[in-house]
Order: sequence, then C-alpha cells, then structure tokens
Amino acid sequence: MSSAAGLALGFILLPLVFVVWLAFFRQAIPSFPPQGYSFKWFLAIADSPRFVDGFWLSLKVAVAAMLIGLAIGVPAALCLARYRFGAREPLGNLLLLPLMVPGIVLGTSLYVFHVEATIATGLPILGSIAALMAGHVLIVIPWTVRLVSASLAGFDRSIEEAAQSLGAPPMTTFFRITLPAIRPGIVAAALFGFVVSFGNLEMSMFLVGPGRTTLPITILQYLEYRIDPTIAAVSVLQILLIGTAMVITDRFVKLSRIV
Amino acid sequence: MARLELEGLSKHFGPTVAVREVSLHVRDGEFVVLLGPSGCGKTTTLRMIAGFIAPTAGRVCLDGADVTARPPWKRNAGMVFQSYALFPHLTVAENVAFGLEMRKVARAEIAPRIAEALRLVRLDGLSERLPRQLSGGQQQRVALARALVIRPDVLLLDEPLSNLDAKLRETVRVEIRELQHDLGITTVMVTHDQEEALIMADRLVVMSEGSVRQVGSQRDLYERPADSFVAGFVGRSNLLPGTVIGPGRFRTEGGMSIVCVDGAPGPGVIALRPERLVLGAASAGLDNRVSGTVELVSYLGSSIDVHVRVSPADRVVVSQPNRADGALPSQGDTIDVGWPAAAAVVLTGERGGAGT
Repeated sequence: MSSAAGLALGFILLPLVFVVWLAFFRQAIPSFPPQGYSFKWFLAIADSPRFVDGFWLSLKVAVAAMLIGLAIGVPAALCLARYRFGAREPLGNLLLLPLMVPGIVLGTSLYVFHVEATIATGLPILGSIAALMAGHVLIVIPWTVRLVSASLAGFDRSIEEAAQSLGAPPMTTFFRITLPAIRPGIVAAALFGFVVSFGNLEMSMFLVGPGRTTLPITILQYLEYRIDPTIAAVSVLQILLIGTAMVITDRFVKLSRIV
Repeated sequence: MARLELEGLSKHFGPTVAVREVSLHVRDGEFVVLLGPSGCGKTTTLRMIAGFIAPTAGRVCLDGADVTARPPWKRNAGMVFQSYALFPHLTVAENVAFGLEMRKVARAEIAPRIAEALRLVRLDGLSERLPRQLSGGQQQRVALARALVIRPDVLLLDEPLSNLDAKLRETVRVEIRELQHDLGITTVMVTHDQEEALIMADRLVVMSEGSVRQVGSQRDLYERPADSFVAGFVGRSNLLPGTVIGPGRFRTEGGMSIVCVDGAPGPGVIALRPERLVLGAASAGLDNRVSGTVELVSYLGSSIDVHVRVSPADRVVVSQPNRADGALPSQGDTIDVGWPAAAAVVLTGERGGAGT
C-alpha cells in the first residue's frame, strides 16, 4: 500500500525534480551530465521583457478571474445549496461544464464568438484583455462553485437562524456568520481558481492579442526556437509561486479537508 | 419577560396542515412545554413564535403587541437550537456577545454582561475557547447563555437536551428548570420526551397531528386525559373501547361491564392506569372486580407488569410495585383484577387507538 503510494508520488515528483535540476545547468543545450551549475538563467528571466510582461499579464488575469469567479461562484453555490427549483440540477451541471469541455474546443468557440461579437458591435473585443479575463472566469467558475458547495454541504443552517433570533438582519447574518463559517471553502476556491487561470495554456492561445501573451504562452513560444534552461528556470519560479500559495492557504484552512 | 399569546395559529404547507388553529396563553414567567411525537407540529409552532415560519393564519402576541409580521431579528426571542447552532468561528465570549452587539449595547456594558451570563451557566473560565473545543454539555450551556444574555421576552427551547447523553440530560434538565425559575423568564420548550416534559414544565401542551389535544398540568394530563391519545402518550394507559350504556355504566366491546364515574352515553373508551389496578385478594371490595388469565409477567425491577386477559377482546396491564414479600403470579394463573370506579376515565366521542 505505502510502496504504491511512494511509486505514485515519485511518478508525480520526478519531472519536477528534473526541471528544477535543469534550471541550474550551466550549458545552454541541456545534456547529461551537467558541465557545471549556474544561476544565470534566473537572472536572464529578469532581463527578458517578454517573460516579465507575460508573468504580470498572467498574474493580473488570474487575480481578476479568481475574484470575478468568486463573485459569481459563491452566490451560485449558495443558490444551488439553499433553494429547490426546477432548473437546479441543469444549472448545477451547466456551471461545471467548462471543466469537461477540452480547452482547445473552449478556446476555438470563444475565438469565433469574439470575432462575431466584434463584427456585430464594432467594439474591440477580439484579443482584448477583458475578453481574455472573461474566458478565464469561465474556467474558474466550476472550481469556485464546486469548492464552495462542498463547504456549504456541511453547513448547519440553524446557525443563521440563531444569528437572526439574536437580532441580526439577513445581510448582517451573511457577512458576519455565513461567510466566515464557509471561509475555508472560499479560500480553497480562490486558490484553485488562481492556479487554474495562471497555468491555462490551451484556451488562452486563442484569446490573447498581439503583444499581449500570458506566461504559459510565452514559454511555449520561447520553446519553439530555443531549449536552453531559461524555460526550466521560469518553471521553477512558477512552481515556487503556486507552492507558496498552497502552503500559505494551508495555514488558514486544511486543504486536505476540502478537496 | 412577557406574556406570550398564540391565537388561532395555523400553518399549511400546500395541502398538508402542519399546525391547526393553536391557541395558547403563556403567563409571564411560566414554563410551558409543547409535547408530542415527531411530526405533530410542535416545532413548527415554536418556529412560528420565533418568526422563522410565517403562519398561514392566526396571531403571535408578546405582551399584548402583535408580532406576527415581525421578522425574527425584531422579536427579542432567545432561542436554543437542538444542534446548539453556535457560531463555529467565534469564541464562547464572542458567541455570547453577538446578540448584545446587534442590540448596540455599549462596549463597557458588554463584558460584564457576558461574564454574568457565563457565570449563570457555570462556564466562567472558558470564554476564550472555540465551540469545537467544548463538550456537548458545555456547548449547550453556551447556547443557553447566548440566548439569555439578550434578556429576551421569551426563551424558546427546541429539544435542547436531545443531543446530550442520558446521565447528563437528567442533571441539565433540572438546571435549566431552576435557572428559568430564578430568572422568571417566560419559556416555551419543545420535546417528544414525556419524562423531560413532566419534570420541567409548569404546564404542558400535548399536540398530535398539528392540533392541541390537551393543555394542563402534569396531574390534569395524567388523571384526566382529554382523549385516548393523551392517555396513551402521557404515561401508560389500558384503553378499552366500548359504549357508555347508562350513568356510570360502561360495556366494553369484549362484553365486560365496568362501573365508572361519568361519561355521556354513546361510544367511548375507558382508560385505566396500570398502577391503579389491583391484583388478587387485595381487589376485594373494589367497584370493579373481574377474573382473568395471566398471559405475561414482565419483571422491570422497581415494578412488575402483569398482563391479564379479562375478556376475549380485552387485555389489561397491571403494574405492581416490587415488594420483598410479593408473590409473583405466573403465566396461566387465574387471577382477580380490581379497580375503583374513580380510576376509570371515560373518553367519549372517539375511537380507541393508541395505548399499551
């Protein structure tokens, strides 16, 4: 049992170990054994505007998608958990749908939609940051809805009634009682929304405009011409960012209890 | 603290009637228990008093003021929930403080009132704990302190003891009763546990299928049950269906003739408490005396139940105190069963049903 788990863990970690190792190779063409170790690829990233720009764009889009995703996902999850109505189940499935549609398909459809919308309205929708963010919101929503729903499932509604009987009107009850009580689910939803958006490649490829590329796309474009360890260094930074986010989140909520 | 009046309170959920025209006057400082099996409408009634459910018809009045249309947060009713419903992310002190903050009580006054409330429920020293760090009994007391600290007009208790283990329940029910009595706070409690109800209440309201069956003291319900439901639900009763054939005369469906005190002529049910029946020679001279066959003897420790077939259609349970010198009848014995006329309560105008 534990050896199987060890094997699975190794299978997951091995590529990460190689990427991290590779990032410190001195030579430009990765080959084994390494001819020495260096920190220069990390410094090269800071000097490369495309990576820096890509990073900032990805960060901006991911934060915006996460926030909008929460603004939609939390009320949606509350609605699905609290009310019984005819369209409840179809609506629940619809909100999870972006998770099941392949990224390429989603990207293509959104691209066609943006083209048509640009023609129909005359507004600069195609390739805009707003359109990119909207696409990312779409892939964040299934995660926020799912994770917030999970924390609502174990929520005792009588604590809201208790707050009301103690004199709290509905809005006060929501912000002082309900929201803090489901905070673990919301924090987890924020984290996963961020990670999903930050790392998205397939769909984003169809949505970025000229001169505006997200980090994963920048990495892919760079790889088309060069295979020096810069990419590995970028990946290490990305792993560190997401890893740190997870560790910090875990301080507040036990992720293993929610996911 | 206040009077509570319910007037013709009804609640319909679609075609189902959950509560049917409940009227009840609770005096200032009185402890009233709504007692009944699950689904009898007692919790729905309590929730209408709290304001969580809007009645289909009728009124809820607190100290003469109609509060029917007021939402829960404007009613000043302190409620203790079955699950305690403590705020999981707040400490004990913050839980208790919540109602005071909602009432905009001055900061300087909040701390002493929390301390007082926690001392009342003997939880001083635990104010910085989170609910999950407390035992079930302690959580229950926090819930009580939180409901009391706001000095509610009425205290509502929704099966407050059902999540405690049996031993703890016995002490807590006495504590709650004494606290309620000392504070003189008008209280309505809901329970399905008749023992709990009998111990805690000033007055009981027995409900079944959405309707009030009887309102009265413990003695009223036990000695003069209004119908066979009450007779069977509060304590145990032998229910013998039959007909009142004349003043003080009843004939069971099994053909037995019984002397009783009252009862309007017509179909009815005789209710006999098992401990009012007497076996053997001791039954001599009583108004009613019949001979029967012992079918079952159950040894219960402090008492012994003897099931006696007294006619082809009628069987009664006789509860005998367990005395050192008492010789037990055995199965198949022929034995006399007797009882005074006053022990037979006639319930008229209904079918027999519930009972032992």
